Amino acid sequence: MHGYANPARFLKLARPATAWLLGIGALLLLAGIYGGLAVTPPDYLQGETVRILYIHVPAAWLGMAGWASIAAASISQLVWRHPLAAVAGRAVAPAGATFAALCLATGSIWGRPTWGTWWEWDGRLTSMLILLFLYLGYIALASAERERGGEGRMAALFGLVGAVNLPIIHYSVLWWRTLHQGQSISITGSTIAPELLWPLPLTMVGFTAIFAAAVLMLMRADLARTKLEARLRRSVAE
Amino acid sequence: MNQWTFVTAAYGLAAIATLGLVAWAYLSMRKAEADAEAVKRRP
Repeated sequence: MHGYANPARFLKLARPATAWLLGIGALLLLAGIYGGLAVTPPDYLQGETVRILYIHVPAAWLGMAGWASIAAASISQLVWRHPLAAVAGRAVAPAGATFAALCLATGSIWGRPTWGTWWEWDGRLTSMLILLFLYLGYIALASAERERGGEGRMAALFGLVGAVNLPIIHYSVLWWRTLHQGQSISITGSTIAPELLWPLPLTMVGFTAIFAAAVLMLMRADLARTKLEARLRRSVAE
Repeated sequence: MNQWTFVTAAYGLAAIATLGLVAWAYLSMRKAEADAEAVKRRP
């Protein structure tokens, strides 16, 4: 990991990776969405609305994986002072917030015909909403620290503390059995019928690749801004 | 309401959010890299 501590080395890898991730992500997404909308049968209980699964589950996964990445970047910054860790945290936050918001919105749209309500203060829904607020707080804190010229240590601490919410989201369906269904996909298997399940891995990997591409582009933007600021400071000093 | 209305709304939102994120990230990157390059070339 420390091999990529040098921003120049990172950029050399990030430039081709961005294009590849975008291309692969778009292809997988198109295949998964086509399968989910046109090939899979409607569910015997939920009917056509089950198709929201193919975007809701990846959005939930990326909302949570985004914060897990922020927590990992925070550890890397606080313990090893990795020069790209704060840049990575700042880049992941808007992408993670987008998918956390998308998870809440698609869940709400799915909930109306399935549960008869747009919103309920259920454990899973509430903990996911808290995750969105954590993202907004992190974005505000990290940008304020960057503008002040700080190292981003406060944002890193916030990123670590906020990770406490991740197991709460994960286990919320077991701790508070209210409206949201229990876990239907685990490492050991799935309770979803195979004929409905197969497009899900395609959209999961597709959205993840697009997410990674967006993060790489935002990291490149952040590094370019840092370079620009350094050059401007140098030219003022001269 | 027709079930497809909900499915269309969810997929429409997903498309707007994903394309919006990618477009914003791309434009931010292009602008930042162009600005940095312009300052580098400045005599």
